[in-house]
Amino acid sequence: MNIHEYQAKDILSAYDVPVPRGRVAVTAEQVERKAKMMGGHCVVKAQIYAGGRGKGGGIKVAHHPEQAREMAKEMFGNRIVTPQTGPEGLKVRRILVEEPIEVGREYYVSIALDRESSRYCLIASAEGGVDIEQVAEHSPEKIHKLLIDPYTGLRSYQARKIAHAIGLKGTVAEDCVQFMLNLYRCCIEKDCSQVEINPMVVTKTDWLLALDAKINFDDNALFRHWEYHEMQDFSQMDPLEISAAKFDLAYIKLDGDIGCMVNGAGLAMATLDVLKESGGEPANFLDVGGGATQEKVAEAFRIILQDEDVKAVFVNIFGGIMRCDVIAHGIIEAAAGHNCTLPIVVRMDGSNVEEGKKLLANSGLNVQTADYLGEGAELIVAMLKDAEGAEDTEK
Amino acid sequence: MSILIDSNTKVIVQGITGRTGMFHTRECKAYGTNIVGGVTPGKGGIHVDGIPVFDTMEEAVRVTGGNVSMIFVPPPGAADAILEACEAGVDLAVCITEGVPVTDMVVARKVVADSKTLLVGPNCPGLITPGQCKIGIMPGYIHKPGKIGVVSRSGTLTYEAVKQLTDVGLGQSTCVGIGGDPIIGMKFIDVLEKFNDDPDTEGVLMIGEIGGSAEEEAAAWIKENMRKPVAAFIAGQTAPPGKRMGHAGAIISGGKGRAEDKITALNAGGIVVATSPTGMGQAMQKALSQA
Repeated sequence: MNIHEYQAKDILSAYDVPVPRGRVAVTAEQVERKAKMMGGHCVVKAQIYAGGRGKGGGIKVAHHPEQAREMAKEMFGNRIVTPQTGPEGLKVRRILVEEPIEVGREYYVSIALDRESSRYCLIASAEGGVDIEQVAEHSPEKIHKLLIDPYTGLRSYQARKIAHAIGLKGTVAEDCVQFMLNLYRCCIEKDCSQVEINPMVVTKTDWLLALDAKINFDDNALFRHWEYHEMQDFSQMDPLEISAAKFDLAYIKLDGDIGCMVNGAGLAMATLDVLKESGGEPANFLDVGGGATQEKVAEAFRIILQDEDVKAVFVNIFGGIMRCDVIAHGIIEAAAGHNCTLPIVVRMDGSNVEEGKKLLANSGLNVQTADYLGEGAELIVAMLKDAEGAEDTEK
Repeated sequence: MSILIDSNTKVIVQGITGRTGMFHTRECKAYGTNIVGGVTPGKGGIHVDGIPVFDTMEEAVRVTGGNVSMIFVPPPGAADAILEACEAGVDLAVCITEGVPVTDMVVARKVVADSKTLLVGPNCPGLITPGQCKIGIMPGYIHKPGKIGVVSRSGTLTYEAVKQLTDVGLGQSTCVGIGGDPIIGMKFIDVLEKFNDDPDTEGVLMIGEIGGSAEEEAAAWIKENMRKPVAAFIAGQTAPPGKRMGHAGAIISGGKGRAEDKITALNAGGIVVATSPTGMGQAMQKALSQA
């Protein structure tokens, strides 16, 4: 789960990680008032769920409150497009107004999961404020990593080694040690999958602080952090992805026109691969869960049908323990409720397969069934082409 | 023969009285798995379908002599269940539970590594030695006893793969679903090592997906050490970067974890890679015929 920069900074402050003074605002007038409180000169930062804001016009320096208001107006009125948002960009609903910082030097610090060693890892670099992936690619020697033993946690002497490795000395190095220890404590206690500070800066007067902050929470741990649910900004998410999340379905909107419903993440990915191979373009990724129930299947089908880009639907369920007649009922229930006339191909395997096929055949829907994955994918692509052909002739 | 589990395996189910735990206990028992006991704290003394239930793993192991545990405990207690299984000294713990917090798993993984217990999962379908023992949630009927080992990060995609193997006449020695989470117990290499040493496994089908670098590590290991033909498939070849494709571990981030890089690494390791998910059975046949 993502949160905004200002929320991440609030959390980090509670862990004694120094951040610039800042206030969040939801209107241009509020931005002006907060700018006044800052003394006029301030940084106006659009809050969106994506990095690269600076280049997308999402971070600007204002020299007086009226200028801050004008900048805010423009940010609220437009979508911010960065390399991470895609071409449509993201809406701005909140703006962080921050005191300006006289930056001496920029660094990179993060705590992330290292899958190879199954541990958390402290990562730091003297190359801060830039895309760290690029640093990793071009000059990997400039990135310092430390694997953290979960029994002992991060220790001061270890953090000190890293602080020295990125070129810090004396009291600033000691500030950095504390900074890293606090980041780690926050990461574990708040169940973060990643805490990234890019850049961490040393000011011209030798203060160390987090100029930007990004926190990702581990979705699996949300059950013990109810406070996180309220922190989500739904304006930053696709509406269909939001409704899918309510029903615990993994859904991702894609660019194509064939809606997909599959049980299991691996099989769902493989299904998209097969569709593309057969010349089709998937409209979404949707995993209804390994052991899909009738309700979940029906809900998933409704979500697919709500997507206006969807012109055909491909269902691939490897039931196994799940009964195919139950799945068929779910599909029929949802399609009937939507008066769905779109071509549908259902590929099912598992118990009661024949009964499930019979139900679909007698449902009155424009549906065909397939026994094999490749066969099903080719069938739906062909049915979609036929449907489009028929539409063209009508015109 | 087989790896990890066979007809002599005695299974204890942690979380046996829950809805999912009870359902799959019955399914496994019906398949022929020897389930000797169950654990649900506070319910010690009752029986589920004739299977005795205990309050603790220590007691369950002492009384029944169970040597493998199958875990259905919900996420808040799942890591605890893994630790308890370790301390009780079972040979293998299979954690089916989906949604275990990462911070819990980081600690549990280290405890497991320092113990004699092996861990499969979490967030996995479990493992099966066809005709002998099923520990997990996979449909038993698609499997057929034979000589191909299967190891996979996925659940239902493994069923698809197994069905394709069975359809082309290739039975399986053991099928292991290692799970789709970023922190798991046994990884590809740990399972491949076992298959390498199993006299009755003649080839291995490995099913990976985008995210992480486990497939690349496995490819390098196979090149150096594997004495048996290996075929592979990588799911997510058309997945967009930056999106988490269902599994917590399946994400392409920062240009890493892409399917094409994994496929290149696998090819370099001399592994036959199925380009389409419909060709996993044929890829295995091809790998066997080249050997």
